[in-house]
Amino acid sequence: MSRKRSEEEYKKTISFRLKQWADGSRDPFLDTVEMKPALPESGETPLDLHRQEEKRRMLRQVYDTEHNAEVRIFRKLYAVMGTLLCVFLVLMLLTAVSWLPTVGQEDRPVNNEVAQRYVESGLSETGAVNIVTGMILDYRAFDTLGESHVLFAATCTVLILLRVDRKKQRAQAETNDRLYEPKNDLILQTAARILVPPILIFGIYVILCGHLGPGGGFSGGAIVGAGLILYLNAFGFAKTERFFTAKTYKVSSFLALACYSLSKCYSFYTGANGIESAIPLGTPGAILSSGLIFVLNICVGIVVAGTMYTFYVMFRKGGY
Amino acid sequence: MELVQNFPFLSIIIALFSGPLCSILGSRWARRVNTAVIALIGIMSAAVLAYTLRTGESYVYQMGHYSAPWGNEIRVGQLEAFMAVFFCAVMLLCMLGGRKELALEVEESKQNLYYVMVGLLLSSLLALIYTNDIFTAYVFVEINTISACGLIMIRENGRTLEAATRYMIMSLMGSGLLLMGICFLYDLTGHLLMSNIQEKVAELQAAGTYHLPLLISICLMCAGLAIKSALFPFHAWLPDAYGYSTLSSSAILSSLVSKGYIFLLVKIFFRVIGFDVIRESKMINVLFVFGILGMIMGSISAIQENNVRRMIAYSSVAQIGYIYMGFGLGTTAGVIASLYHILCHAATKSLLFVAASGLTEASGDRKDFFSLTGAGYRNRLAGVAFTVGSLSMVGIPGLSGFISKILFAQAAYETTHRIFPALIALALSTILNAVYFMKTVIRIYTPAARAGIQVDGRRISMGEQKQKSAALLCFIALNLILGLFSEPIVNLLTQGLAMFS
Repeated sequence: MSRKRSEEEYKKTISFRLKQWADGSRDPFLDTVEMKPALPESGETPLDLHRQEEKRRMLRQVYDTEHNAEVRIFRKLYAVMGTLLCVFLVLMLLTAVSWLPTVGQEDRPVNNEVAQRYVESGLSETGAVNIVTGMILDYRAFDTLGESHVLFAATCTVLILLRVDRKKQRAQAETNDRLYEPKNDLILQTAARILVPPILIFGIYVILCGHLGPGGGFSGGAIVGAGLILYLNAFGFAKTERFFTAKTYKVSSFLALACYSLSKCYSFYTGANGIESAIPLGTPGAILSSGLIFVLNICVGIVVAGTMYTFYVMFRKGGY
Repeated sequence: MELVQNFPFLSIIIALFSGPLCSILGSRWARRVNTAVIALIGIMSAAVLAYTLRTGESYVYQMGHYSAPWGNEIRVGQLEAFMAVFFCAVMLLCMLGGRKELALEVEESKQNLYYVMVGLLLSSLLALIYTNDIFTAYVFVEINTISACGLIMIRENGRTLEAATRYMIMSLMGSGLLLMGICFLYDLTGHLLMSNIQEKVAELQAAGTYHLPLLISICLMCAGLAIKSALFPFHAWLPDAYGYSTLSSSAILSSLVSKGYIFLLVKIFFRVIGFDVIRESKMINVLFVFGILGMIMGSISAIQENNVRRMIAYSSVAQIGYIYMGFGLGTTAGVIASLYHILCHAATKSLLFVAASGLTEASGDRKDFFSLTGAGYRNRLAGVAFTVGSLSMVGIPGLSGFISKILFAQAAYETTHRIFPALIALALSTILNAVYFMKTVIRIYTPAARAGIQVDGRRISMGEQKQKSAALLCFIALNLILGLFSEPIVNLLTQGLAMFS
C-alpha cells in the first residue's frame, strides 16, 4: 500500500538533507558546532613577545651577555663539550656493542638454564600460556610490584606539580580549559560514540586475557586509559566526572595496589617458608586460570589506566 | 624458618603499601601512619639485626615460589640490617625535626602526598639495601629518583621547581647509564642475580674473554651511580635541591637518598663484580681522583657561600668526596671507612640542617651570615647542636667525624701509592672544613649588639618547639654514640662486609 508523503515528512528524511547539503542550501555544521576564530600560533601573541623580550632583558642585566666574555666563552665551551661528550658516549657504546656476544649465536651467555626453565616449564609452573606474563607476574613478581609503584609514584609527583588546589586558581583553570578547544564538537563526539566502547572493551579484553596471549595489565591499561581520554575530549569533564573523579582514581588505585601487595605478601611468605600455595592454577588456556596472575593483571591494568587518565587531566586542567 | 627472617621482606612491602594508603588519607592521619610505619620498620629491622648478630651469618630469602636465578630473592646480613635500622632512625628524626616547616611550607591539601613520597622512598632504600638482584635494584632506583624529585618540588616555589628539574635531568642521566651498564653485564653473564653474575664474571676474567665490554659496563655503572649521588663534578643540582626544599626533604635527601645509591655501589663492588676485578679495572683510580677533587672543591664552594643552607649543601659535596676517596683507596679498610662515613655524614648532616633551620628561624627566617649574628644566644639548643655538628664535620675527637677521618687515614696507610695524596687531601679538606664551619659557629656566638649589627630576630626557647628539640637532642646523642662507641660499630661493619660477598 502506498501513500503520498507530505512535504513535512519529506523534509525530515535523510535524502532531503543530503540534497540540501549537495546543492549548498544548508550547512549542517551551522548552529550545531561551536565555531571559534583561529587563535594565533603560540609565540606570536603580544603577551608571548613581551615575555621573550623580558627574558632577553633579564639575561642582559644579570649576565651582561653582550660584554661578558665569561658567559660567551662558557656558552661556546658548553656547546663544544656537549658535542664531544655525546660523540664520546656514542663511540664508547658502539665499541662496547661490537664486542658483545653475537646476537643469535647458540652459545651466548644469555641462553642458559634461566631462560630454558622459563621456556620449558613456564606453562606448567605458572599456568600462564603467555610466558612473558608468567615471568613478570610470577617468577619475577617483586620487580613488577616495584614497577607498578613507580607508576603510582609518578602520578603522585604529577599531582604535586600540577594539581590546582586553591579555589581562585581553580576557577581560572576551569575557564582556561576550553580556550583552545571547541565545546561539543559534533564530529569528535560522533567518532567517540562509535570508537570508545570498542576501545574500552578491547582494553578490558587485553587485560583479562593477558595470561593467554599477547597483552596484560600494562598494555591493556594503556588502551583503557586512551579510551577514557578520548571520551573526555569529546564530552568534557561534566560527563566523565559522573563516573571518574579524583576520588575514584585514589580509591581504585589504592585498592589495586593493596590487592597486589597483599597477594604478593601471601605468595612471598608461603614461597619462602616452603608452604604450598593454596591458590589453584586451573587449566592452562581457560580464562580463570594461572592463579594470582589473573588478579594481578587486573590490578596492574587499573593502575595503568588511572595513571594515564590522571596524567592527561592534570596536564590539561590541573584537577578533576 | 623463624618469623624474624620474614621481617626484611615485610618491611619493604609495608613501606610500599604505606604510599597508596597515605594517598587516600587526610594529612593528619597520613602523618600518623607514616610515623608509625617508619618506627615499626625500625623496630623490625632491629629484630633482624639482633637475629643476624646471634646467628653470625647472612641468609637468603626467596621472594616467591621459585628459587634464585628464576625468581627474585633478597639477602640479609648484619651490614644490611644495621643500615636499615640506622636509615629508619635518621628518617624518623628528620621527619620529626622538619614537621613544623612542612606544615608551613607545603599546601595543606598536598601534605598527604609528601608522606606518600616518604613511604615510597623508604621502601626503595630498604629494597636497595636488601636486594640480591641487580634488576630489582634498578626498579627501586627509579622509585627512589621519582620520590626524591617529589620531595624537592613539593614546596612549589620557583627555586625548588628549578632544582627539581635539574635533579631530574641529572638523575635520569645517571639512571640511564646504570641501566646500560646492567644491560651489558646481563648480555655478558646471562644473569641478573648478583651472586651468579659474580661467578660468571670470575669465569670471564679467568678465560680472559670480553674484557672490554666488562670494563665499559663497570664504568657505566660507576658513573651512573656517581652522578646520582652527586660526586664532584656532577654536583650542580645539589646546592639548590638541598638549599631551598623544605627542611625534612633537605635532611632526608642529604643523609639518606645519596647514601642508598652509594650502598648499591658497594654492593656492585663486592657482590656483583667482585672487588678484585674492580681493583684491576682501574676504575677506582678515577673514583679516587674525583673523590679528592670533590673534597677540595666542595669545601671551597662552601667557603664562598653566603647562604647557610647552601653552605651545608656544598659541604655534602665534600663529604661525598670523602666516601668516594675511601672507595678509591682500593682496600677493604678504605671501604669500611667509607661505610662509617656514610653513617657519620647521615647523622651529622641532618643534624646541621635541622639546627640551621632553628637558627634562621631565630633570625627572622633570613639565611645570610650577617643575620645569623648571635643566633646561638637566641636559640640555645640549635646553637649547641650546630656547634656539635660543625665540630663533628671538622673532626674533633669524641664526635663521629673524627672516627671516620682516622679510619680514612689508617686505610690510606695500608696502600702504597695513595698515602700521600689521600693524607694531604684529608688535611687540606679538614682545614677548609674548619674555615667555613668555624666561621659560622663564631658568627652565631657573636652577640649582635657588640658586633653593631641590627638583627630582627626573636628568642626561641627549648620548650617552644618540642619536636625539633627532641630531634636535635637525638641527633646529638647519635653523633656522640658514633663518636664514643665506634669500636663495636666498626667491628660490625667489618663483619658485615665480610659476610657481604
